[in-house]
Amino acid sequence: MSSRPTLDLRAKSHLSYFAYVCHRFSGLLLACFIPLHFLMLSQSLRGASDFERYLGLTDFWVFKFGEWALVILLAIHLIGGIRLLIIEFGPWRGLRKAWTQLAILFGIACGLLFLYLAN
Amino acid sequence: MSNTDLKVKVWRGTQEGEFIEYLVPRNPNQTVLDVVTYIQRKLDPTLSYRFACRVGMCGSCAMTVNGVARWTCRTHVSQIVKGDSLEIAPLNNLPVIKDLATDMREFFDKWKGAVGFFKGDKTRHDDFAKVEPESTQRQLANAGIECIGCGVCYSSCEVVQSRPNYLGPAALNRAWTLTNDVRDVQQLDRLRAVAGDEGCHACHTQGSCTERCPKKIEPTASIAGLKKLVARAAVRGSKWGKL
Amino acid sequence: MSQGVLQAKLWYAQRISAMVLGLCVSIHLLIIFYAIRGGLTAEEILGRTQGNVPFAIFYEIFVLACFVHAPIGLANILEETFSRGFISRLLPWVLAALILVLGSTAVVGVYTGGNV
Repeated sequence: MSSRPTLDLRAKSHLSYFAYVCHRFSGLLLACFIPLHFLMLSQSLRGASDFERYLGLTDFWVFKFGEWALVILLAIHLIGGIRLLIIEFGPWRGLRKAWTQLAILFGIACGLLFLYLAN
Repeated sequence: MSNTDLKVKVWRGTQEGEFIEYLVPRNPNQTVLDVVTYIQRKLDPTLSYRFACRVGMCGSCAMTVNGVARWTCRTHVSQIVKGDSLEIAPLNNLPVIKDLATDMREFFDKWKGAVGFFKGDKTRHDDFAKVEPESTQRQLANAGIECIGCGVCYSSCEVVQSRPNYLGPAALNRAWTLTNDVRDVQQLDRLRAVAGDEGCHACHTQGSCTERCPKKIEPTASIAGLKKLVARAAVRGSKWGKL
Repeated sequence: MSQGVLQAKLWYAQRISAMVLGLCVSIHLLIIFYAIRGGLTAEEILGRTQGNVPFAIFYEIFVLACFVHAPIGLANILEETFSRGFISRLLPWVLAALILVLGSTAVVGVYTGGNV
């Protein structure tokens, strides 16, 4: 005897739901990151050399990986967000799946560009 | 065309129960409803399920097939079979009466809750209301009025699952069509009913409703329309009064 | 204000701030990619931002848009995960305060470069 089945992954395996998950996940992580980002930047109040010292704290690979991941999440959240704004305020033309694909591609592109440009 | 029997797991019980497997001979052009009907007539007469027209017009035969809400009369086995297995369960998000039949009262109560019904102020002594068929409002209403209340969208929605009081895509879609009906006189009540956590603002544009609607209605569009309408009414007031 | 009206206004505020952020983030991404070429030092950052009024105004607008957008988003997630408890009402305000205070401090910081 068990409980009746409920909505599972099979029901949610479609692009718009995936877009929703990406948008929520990226938004949440960005919300956690932003205060820390501001905290680091506000060390600039201490002047250039002290600011440089604090920036140096982020030289560990963990922070570098985090920065890279956050640029990707930002890119995904941006394009996914534009998609939502178009759905909610623009003329209705379906669930705008091309925009979801664009969000993924743009995220990858930003990730690669970041790796290429950063030293 | 394979001649092995289909292995069909069917939910038996109510909220508690189990999946029982039945072996059903395969036929060409077989629909999932054919399979369920075969089981009930030839294998186990105690199986409870709903259907009516069996030709894709009434929506009564909606069930969860391999995890996805569908009209079983319009779902060919060959379309969705996994190897030779099928899983058939009652519609999600609705209480189970028995086996594959669900209690749809909350679904229709929420239509009422969203003021998803018409009320005009003309009588038989007045002239006909003149509604321009090409007008924007009529076009918007037409896009959503073919809903037959089958419950597929409601059972596909994760917000319905996680928020018991959420009115749901069908009720909100109906409310939207009526906000675009120039003859209706309950617009302020309707706007109040569809605003807030139980209404359009709980929708996260997951799009499952629009993906699954067998009539290709797009509740996501209707709910987006309601969000804009309600926001404007909340901030600037509506032509029907203050929200 | 009734619950429905409050939700409607919050929804509207979050979408308007989203439009502002769409612009700000796009510009910010371009700036990031331009600035990180060959590494990024404090002097390079301050060299661009110190005394730069348009930069300061742009980033303060950015901070204000975040201040509106992120807490409303967080509030939605918390309310759905934990229902209307104490945590789901408090944390968004905490985030809002952190963004406003730390963000404006950061803008002032990079504008003045420590020479307040």
